[in-house]
Amino acid sequence: MTATVAPTRAVAEPKRRSRGAVGEGGGGRANWLTKGTVFLICAVWLIPTIGILVTSFRTVDDANTTGWWEVFLHPFKYIPALTTENYTTAIRQAGIGPALLNSIAIALPATFIPILIAAFAAYAFTFMQFPGRDTLFVVIVSMLVVPNYVAFVPILQLYSNIHIAGTFPAAWLAHIGFGMSLAVFILRNYMSSLPKEIIESAKIDGASHYQTFWRLILPMSIPALAAFAIFQFLWTWNDLLVALVFVGPGDNQPVTIAVNSLLGQQGTGWELVTAGGILSMILPVVIFLSMQRFFVRGLTAGSVKG
Amino acid sequence: LPVKIVTVIFTVLAGVGAALVVYWLLNKAVELLPWRWENRLKPFAYILPAFAAITLYLIYPAIRTFFLSFRNADSTTWVGVKNYTDLLTSKDFQQTLLNNVLWIVIVPFSTVLIGLLIAVLADRLSPKSENLSKTLIFLPMAISAVGAATVWRFIYAYNPPGQPQVGLLNAIWTAFGGKPVAWLAQSTLHFNSLLLMVTLLWAQIGFSMVLMSAAIKGVPTETVEAGRIDGASEFQIFRRIVIPQIWGTIVTVFVTVTITVMKLFDIVYVMTNGNFNTNIIGVDFFNQLFTNLDNGGAAAIVVLLTLAVIPIMIYQVRQFRAQEAAR
Repeated sequence: MTATVAPTRAVAEPKRRSRGAVGEGGGGRANWLTKGTVFLICAVWLIPTIGILVTSFRTVDDANTTGWWEVFLHPFKYIPALTTENYTTAIRQAGIGPALLNSIAIALPATFIPILIAAFAAYAFTFMQFPGRDTLFVVIVSMLVVPNYVAFVPILQLYSNIHIAGTFPAAWLAHIGFGMSLAVFILRNYMSSLPKEIIESAKIDGASHYQTFWRLILPMSIPALAAFAIFQFLWTWNDLLVALVFVGPGDNQPVTIAVNSLLGQQGTGWELVTAGGILSMILPVVIFLSMQRFFVRGLTAGSVKG
Repeated sequence: LPVKIVTVIFTVLAGVGAALVVYWLLNKAVELLPWRWENRLKPFAYILPAFAAITLYLIYPAIRTFFLSFRNADSTTWVGVKNYTDLLTSKDFQQTLLNNVLWIVIVPFSTVLIGLLIAVLADRLSPKSENLSKTLIFLPMAISAVGAATVWRFIYAYNPPGQPQVGLLNAIWTAFGGKPVAWLAQSTLHFNSLLLMVTLLWAQIGFSMVLMSAAIKGVPTETVEAGRIDGASEFQIFRRIVIPQIWGTIVTVFVTVTITVMKLFDIVYVMTNGNFNTNIIGVDFFNQLFTNLDNGGAAAIVVLLTLAVIPIMIYQVRQFRAQEAAR
């Protein structure tokens, strides 16, 4: 996981102005060279994905003996042969179906729980006074870049002592631990931009910290919560390493491990591998596209996981 | 499958419910204390779970890993610095380090440069085309490294000569009269490592582009106009006026991608598993731990990696302090 403290004003609070940045008068002033270059770059980005998308609908023989581009070169020959059978096979026989459910079982709590924990901590760091507050927060900032590899050997030993290796909670706890410093960091940064007077008036009205947190601060922090939720969900859904180490292949394996084993198996055809790959991408892509605004806001707030 | 669905729903609810109950209880417990103590202890009750998680999963393991790196493969006896000397004198590990250096030299720089280029170009398009092209390039950010590796392994796929080529690269290569090449096995001049880097670039440049784009749009028009009035060329405006104002973002992207690359695991693991001289620290660590079952060697690799990350950690803390001072 990766996180960076964004140092600039331009990033920290993107002051959007009317269009027009480097050149004169803003968008729509591209010449053909610019348009052509962007088009070419987009093609480079898109073509690989089209390749696996098309292949995932082809028959075993077609996919493994002819290139996927033949579908476009000889549409009358290959298009009628397209099939959704690979998806049924991937879900039913190749184990992608159960693996998708496992991914949900891992990713949802591994997203929700760290946000809850981090929101409480961020609240305390922002709105409460206590000795050692700043030092403790610097500890969190410095933990942002520590490689989570440090945890693997000791935590594996710990997990096997308490017999939770290979279970969903084993993965949740690991994701909670590895995502925590970034979550506290993002949420605290956001909360400290909220007006302090609101807290003061809530206190005067006799609200406890617990009430202020749930009724006031949490609803006001929704943009930051959503931004981090998307990061954490994509991160846990797409994670391979933590899953390999703490869950491992087997009944509880998430979809990343399932697709990876399909790739590694000798003799698995491309039609099945690509179908599995596409299935693993659908949910994150849908979430990403529908919540893109929050995601970008989270990025420009100075953080990313990778 | 229906049983599985019910189990999944139950597990999710149990996990989430347990977390909520913990906080409710924690709050109740503190509220039972006398008023003075309640106020004193409440902040610590609120940050306790967060710190417990960080302590258990990062601080304690980091210390323990440090000690394990001086112990043998199954952590039963002390071996001094043997794990380190073994690593640093091993030809394989030296190649692994060299590969990592290549990744660190090439990837962050390329990510910044290409991301900046796309951001500048897309900024000149009509808003509609700009959004569409940016979304397209950004989209691989959403998918897993396993997904990206599937996509690119298919591009680099190889069949022996005489068989039809289903991989795009070999199809193009043979169309121009070349013999089919097992691309990912070509380690001359680390060519296959470059092919792996392409996969990461494909997946990551969207991130760079989005940040650059936001920064460029944040450059005040007046500064650009002023440059134009003074007769600066478009390129001079870009170099002298825009670049300095987005420099902070450039550094952010550079640092972020550098950390990502230093800790990289999945793309190389899925595409070559470090074979054909493409090994990197993350994959080497994983294989020391799970293939060689060498706790000591694995721990030593992590300690070296952590040492390499410390300068970035110091930089981050400094940035944070400066930011707080400006608040």
